[in-house]
Amino acid sequence: MAELLLIVRIAGERIALPAADVESVVEIEALTPVPGAAGHVAGLAALRSRVLTVIDCLASLDPTRRLPDDAAEAVMAVVDGHPYALLVEAVEDVVEASGERQPAAASLAGGWRRIGRATIEAEGDLLLLADVEALIAGPAREAA
Amino acid sequence: MDDLINDFIAETREMLEALSGEIVAWEAMPDDRARLDEIFRFVHTVKGNSGFFDLPRIRALSHAAEDALSAVRSGARNADARLVSAVLAIIDRLAELVDALETGEALASADDSALIGALSAQGPSETAEAEAAPAHSSARASSRTVRLPVELLDRMMSGVSDLVLARNELSRRIRASGDTEMLAAFDRVSVTVADLRDSITRTRMQRIDNLFAPLPRMVRDVCGQTGKLVALEIDGGDVEIDREMLEMIRDPLTHIIRNAIDHGIESPAERRRAGKKETGCLRVCARQAGNQILLEIADDGAGIDGDKLVNRAVAAGVVTAERADRLTEAEKHALVFEAGLSTAAQVTDLSGRGVGMDVVRANVERIGGIVEIESRAGQGVVLTLRVPLTLTIIPALTVVADGQVYAIPRSAIEEIVRVKGGSVRVESVGGAAFATVRGRRLPLVHLRHSLGRPPCPDPTGQSLVLLRPAGADLYALAVDDIHDHEELVVKPAAPAVMAAGLYAGTTIADDGKPVLLLDPPGIAAKAGLALHRRSASGEAVPAPAPEAASGPAALLFRTLAGAMRLVPVAAVQRIEDVRPEAVQLSAGRLHVALGETLLPLEGCGLSAPDRPMRLLRLSDGRSEVAYGFADVVDILPLPEELIPASEPGEVRGVVLIGGEQAELLDLHWLFARQAGRPAGAAARPVCAIPAGDPFMDAILRPLVESAGYSVVAAGAPGSEFASIVIASAEADEVAPTPGARLVRVRASAEGEGDSVHRYDRDALLAALAGDSQPKRRRRRG
Repeated sequence: MAELLLIVRIAGERIALPAADVESVVEIEALTPVPGAAGHVAGLAALRSRVLTVIDCLASLDPTRRLPDDAAEAVMAVVDGHPYALLVEAVEDVVEASGERQPAAASLAGGWRRIGRATIEAEGDLLLLADVEALIAGPAREAA
Repeated sequence: MDDLINDFIAETREMLEALSGEIVAWEAMPDDRARLDEIFRFVHTVKGNSGFFDLPRIRALSHAAEDALSAVRSGARNADARLVSAVLAIIDRLAELVDALETGEALASADDSALIGALSAQGPSETAEAEAAPAHSSARASSRTVRLPVELLDRMMSGVSDLVLARNELSRRIRASGDTEMLAAFDRVSVTVADLRDSITRTRMQRIDNLFAPLPRMVRDVCGQTGKLVALEIDGGDVEIDREMLEMIRDPLTHIIRNAIDHGIESPAERRRAGKKETGCLRVCARQAGNQILLEIADDGAGIDGDKLVNRAVAAGVVTAERADRLTEAEKHALVFEAGLSTAAQVTDLSGRGVGMDVVRANVERIGGIVEIESRAGQGVVLTLRVPLTLTIIPALTVVADGQVYAIPRSAIEEIVRVKGGSVRVESVGGAAFATVRGRRLPLVHLRHSLGRPPCPDPTGQSLVLLRPAGADLYALAVDDIHDHEELVVKPAAPAVMAAGLYAGTTIADDGKPVLLLDPPGIAAKAGLALHRRSASGEAVPAPAPEAASGPAALLFRTLAGAMRLVPVAAVQRIEDVRPEAVQLSAGRLHVALGETLLPLEGCGLSAPDRPMRLLRLSDGRSEVAYGFADVVDILPLPEELIPASEPGEVRGVVLIGGEQAELLDLHWLFARQAGRPAGAAARPVCAIPAGDPFMDAILRPLVESAGYSVVAAGAPGSEFASIVIASAEADEVAPTPGARLVRVRASAEGEGDSVHRYDRDALLAALAGDSQPKRRRRRG
């Protein structure tokens, strides 16, 4: 069975996330800032009774940029028992991959190389398959 | 089949735990039929169960014990100490076998015949027929219990926590909608949810009995090994405590009790000599106080020998000798908790290895608890453990900083005071903030600053939360406002949030918004306040007595070289003891390592000290300098009269204190030196004075220097840069120096022209100040 992919938009590009890593797609309403945390941590949001750590995927990709304040579409994922909301420019669709994962090209630029896990073909396009954990980890590790 | 075996193992374990107290009680009172029956029932049940599984050893052992006990029950035999020991040995072996059964390992001691022999070595009574075992299995029937995996309980707990939060959110929305009928219906749900939460919380609770049950047996064993007589009193076994907490305090409690018997309670002979009963008393008692469990372990032994402990502490370099002299009795006793100290003269198998009480304290503090010790010579020691009831729901105070709500665990809060109140004084010295609350001077941290937010526009409207992080020093946290007291369900925060170093977790407030739980030790660490053990390696700087207030307070201390010096208290962040190995000469200067921080060290010259010393940690709000010294003499108001020093250096000048001279530290100079800008001669304007004139050199020169000038003799190298040339009015004309102003001083009080009387200080300074930018300006008048 072909791999299911969730297509989101980050920095204007269509990016695939493994649907298996995603719990749901959520709307983020109010954010509670987390002073002192890394720049890509947009804040905390409550989803029912859970506290989501909201990640600004654009900042995670490129520390010099940030999503606009009204960005609300997010992908929820649970990593190591912690729920996260990955804030993106847009959540597009769930599609079936039309091929296998291929190693990402070494020529990927800066932030893309960090979050790109592989490339994968879907609906006739070649997409970058992003790593949820790398998006959450953000650029801090490299800067440190 | 595996399941059945596991059930057998678990059930046997449970019974073993419940039993160990019974056996000792039975030994003390062999006639106690009820105890005997309990023990009999145990071996009988084990025997019966082991028959189902092919377990010959367990069966043989339990059978033998059953026979012997049955003889006692029928009166054919007495329960003497020997029999009790033999039965205990068998029960121990049974426990070992059960353990081995679980792990699948073979047991080293394969022969049980000696144990069985010890039991039956009693001659005549042995002939007694084993009484037909009563056909009951009340041990099982009486306890209607279900065995559940702990993870299931944890899952239920987190589920109900979510439910509570969801309820809060729903309740808020219904309230907002104004639908009263709905609200009434919802209130029923709400009450049910609250009940549910309580009962699920209780499923995680265990009677502290579980913790106490093995104690009688342990006390008996330790007494046997040490030759002491101890009566154990246990009280409050029905207090309930969170399962996790129970596990966390098991080891500390065991250790404390071993310690108490091994070197708290004296030998029977010593006790007789001291006029005490031969049998020592050890009292373990638990009670609930609010959301804390208090566990008290009291013995009536010799108490802690404070002086012996201090000697060891000094020998081990934990405290300096000077510091040791000033320790209070309570502080001496608290040294027990320092690593590597033990008063046991001999290292025994049980205790005295110096890896004890420090570990106890560390374990208790890790779960947010506190250990306190109180000792009276000759009368005994009382150790009190205070631990929170549970780990997941905590009472918290919510506070506001820059419009955002944060929570602080209430266990860390000592007091809340308003800045406006008369009992609080907030001072800032060179950026380092202090709050004086009823005579106590505390480091002050602004929460806004810690969070990287702009300072509060209305500081007088703020409140101070006095925080005592586990085992560390009190500090004040300034917050914009106090919001509320709430019970919060705390969830661990994601690593990306924890990385900030300021938070302990997240939670949702009743308004449904996520709230960050602040971490008091983390905030202190981030603010540069080093956290220290109160007992030995640090102490809060004492505030001056309130009535002694005129000038700013100064700390009078003795330097390593024995000189008396003063430093404004406001600049002293902490006082600490350090060992010589913490000091090293690196990059051409002395540095001292304090935990994770490395500070430049002053006050020692350039040679590293060879013995422990004390440190003043001086702060200008941004950087810190350590200043080594011998001891604190006093705290007093800073005298106003200062005789400035002749040379720029670490001493700014000399003051008179009670007829004695003391040097005042020049903090500016010390910090300037750290900043790599020595306040040296080159940076100052130059003043030339006549060479070879004793008045000029010895008396006038310091004054000129204290006014900010570098002084050179006229004609000496460098004098050509002078911006002021001082000459004696009585002397011949002086060759003018280009660009320099001439100031003439005269010896006589009355004089004419532009000369200045040499003892007219103000006039001299005014004349000097007419040019350049000296540090101090005074105008005549």
